[in-house]
Amino acid sequence: MSLTVTGLRVHYRTLRGDVKALDGVTFSVADGEIMGLAGESGSGKSTLGKSLIRLDGRMRHVGGTVELDGVTLPIGDDAAMNAHRFREVSLVPQYAMSALNPTRRIGRMVSELLASRGAGPETAELERRLELVGLSRDVLDRYPGELSGGMRQRVVMVISTLLDPSLLIADEVTSALDVSTQRAVARTLREFRDRGLVKSMIVVTHDIALVHQIADTITVMYAGRLAEKAPAEALVTAPRHPYTRMLISSLPEAGVRHEDRRLAGIPGAPPSLLDPPAGCRFRDRCPLAFARCAEQPPFAEVAPGHHVACWKAE
Amino acid sequence: MRRYFGRKLLVYGLTFFVAVTVNWLIPRFMPGDPVQSMLSRANVSQPAAVEAMRLHYTSMFGFDQPLWRQYLNFWGALLRGDLGISIWLFPTPVTDVIVRAVPYTLGLLVPAILLSWVAGNRFGAFAARRRWLDNSVLPLGYVLTATPYMWLAILLAWALGIVAGIFPVAGAYSFAMRPELSWAFAGSLLQHWFLPFASLFLVAFGGWAIGMRNMIIYELEADYVTYLRSLGAPGRLVRRYAFRNAILPQITGLALQLGVLVAGALVTEIVFSYPGLGHLILQAVQNQDFFLLQGTFLFIVLGVLVANFVVDVAYVLVDPRTRAGMGGAA
Repeated sequence: MSLTVTGLRVHYRTLRGDVKALDGVTFSVADGEIMGLAGESGSGKSTLGKSLIRLDGRMRHVGGTVELDGVTLPIGDDAAMNAHRFREVSLVPQYAMSALNPTRRIGRMVSELLASRGAGPETAELERRLELVGLSRDVLDRYPGELSGGMRQRVVMVISTLLDPSLLIADEVTSALDVSTQRAVARTLREFRDRGLVKSMIVVTHDIALVHQIADTITVMYAGRLAEKAPAEALVTAPRHPYTRMLISSLPEAGVRHEDRRLAGIPGAPPSLLDPPAGCRFRDRCPLAFARCAEQPPFAEVAPGHHVACWKAE
Repeated sequence: MRRYFGRKLLVYGLTFFVAVTVNWLIPRFMPGDPVQSMLSRANVSQPAAVEAMRLHYTSMFGFDQPLWRQYLNFWGALLRGDLGISIWLFPTPVTDVIVRAVPYTLGLLVPAILLSWVAGNRFGAFAARRRWLDNSVLPLGYVLTATPYMWLAILLAWALGIVAGIFPVAGAYSFAMRPELSWAFAGSLLQHWFLPFASLFLVAFGGWAIGMRNMIIYELEADYVTYLRSLGAPGRLVRRYAFRNAILPQITGLALQLGVLVAGALVTEIVFSYPGLGHLILQAVQNQDFFLLQGTFLFIVLGVLVANFVVDVAYVLVDPRTRAGMGGAA
C-alpha cells in the first residue's frame, strides 16, 4: 500500500464556526495506481488533495492519519511536513500557469529551489524530462512570462516530479486548459506513472469524463465524505451509489440530441458543512432514501475494489 | 529597447520644454516691478539719475523688448548656459548663486530619499510578518506619511531645538564659523543638517514602510509562493522572492514621489533657514528676482527629470516583464 488514509478529518475555521470539509475519510491508493478524485464544488475533494501536502492557513487537522509508504505524515505540522514535501509528496497545483516566480529565469528558479531542499542541480535529468513533455532546454533560460500557459503547465509538471515523489497530487490540472491540451496533459500524467517518475497519483477534478481517461480508479466525494470508490470502468458503467448514478446520468452523451431528451440534473443542493445532518448526507436528495439512512452508512466493499457508502448498495 | 528609450527621451524632452516655458512665465505673472525695487534699494534721490538708472537696468535685463522677444532671448541664453544675472544679489550671475546653494539641497535630499526608501522597504517587509509590529508601529507610519513636511519640521525644531536644545534650528552651520575644511566645521554642518534631514526622512519613511508592508502581504499570497511552500521551500527563499517582486512597485513609487520629496525639501529648508534651493526660491520671490526664480526652477525640473529617467532605466533592468513588453526579448 503506497498511501493509506484513515478517518481523516480536516475543518476550516470560519467566523461562524468550523466547516467540516473532510469528515472521516478512509481509503488507500496502491503503488502504481492513478486515483481520480471527483465531486462537485464544496465536496471536499480539493481539501483532501491539499491535506495530503499542505494545509492552508484556515485549515485545521482535526483527526485521522495519513500513512505514505509505511511512514505517518505529520500533516498538521507545517514545519515537520517540509521534509516530506517535494521528495515524497508533490503537487501540480490548480494555478500551474501562475506557479512560477515571474521575475526569475526558470532554470535559475529550479536550481535555487533544489539547492534550498538540499538536492543537487540535476541539469541532465531536468533536460531529459523537459524533452519528455515536448519542451526544449531553452525554456530554462526564459522567464515564465515568455512561455504560453500550456508550456508553463508542463514546466510545473516537470519541476513537481523532479525528485521522483512517491505520491503526486494533481489538483484540477486540466480545468483551465482547452480540450486538446487537456488530452495532452492527461497523457503526460499517465506517462510519468508508466516511467516510474511517480509511484502513485491522485487526480482531483470535477470532470468525470476526463478522469475516466487518466485514472485506474475513481473516487467520488459528496459533502465531505467518500460516496464511492471503484475501478474507473466499473464506476462509470455500473455505479452503485445513487449520487454517482445521478451524477453520471447528468453528463451529456455524444450522439444524443438533447432537444428530444432533456439533460437531467440532481434536484436540491448539498447540505451545509457548518453543521451537517447526521446519517447519510445525500438522503435529502436521494430517490432511494428510507428510514435507515438516518444512520451513517459504512464505506463498505461490495465487490473487489469497489467501495460504496450506501445501505441500498449491497 | 532602442525604440522604447527613444520614446521615453522624447517624452522627457517635451516635458522639459513645457516645464521650462511655464517656469519662465510664472515670475512674469507676479505683481510688482523688479527694476523699481532695485531703484528703491539703491536709494537715489535725484530724479534724473533715477531715470537714467531705470533705463540702464531695463535694457540690461531686456525688459524693454516685447515679451515674445524676451522669451526667445531666454532660450538663446539658456542654450549657451547663461541663466542671467540675479536681481537680488546683483550683479552675481544666477548660475553662481545656484551652484552655491545646490550642495546643501542635494546633501539633504539624496540621503533623505535613498535612506528612507531603503529603510522603509526593509522595515515594511519586516513588519508585514510580525503581527505586533504590524498592529503597533504601522499606524505610526500612517501618521508620519500623512504629516506635511513643514509641520513635522516645525514640530522637530520646537521639540529638539527649542525645548530640548540638542540641535540648532537655523542655518547650515554655526553663525560664528566660516566654511573651512576642519572637524569643527564638519561637526557643525552635521548638527545643522540633522533636523531638516530627519523631518524629510521620517515622512518619506512612513510612506515607504506602509507601501512595502502591503506589497509583501500581497506577494506572500501569490500563487508562486504557495507553490514554493507546497514543495517545502524554506522561508528564506520565499521571502527573498517576495521581497524582490514587492520592490518593483516601490521603484515606480520612487519615481512618482521624487517631485513631492523635492517640494518637501524646499519648504523644510525655509523652516530651518537652510541655504539651499528652497531658501533661494523664497528670496527670489520676495525680491522679484525673475532670473533667479527661473534658474532655480530650471534646476529642479532638470533634477527631477534626470532622477525619473534613472528610475526608469533601473526598472527595466530589474523587471524582465517590462523588457518582454518592449519586444527586446529574444
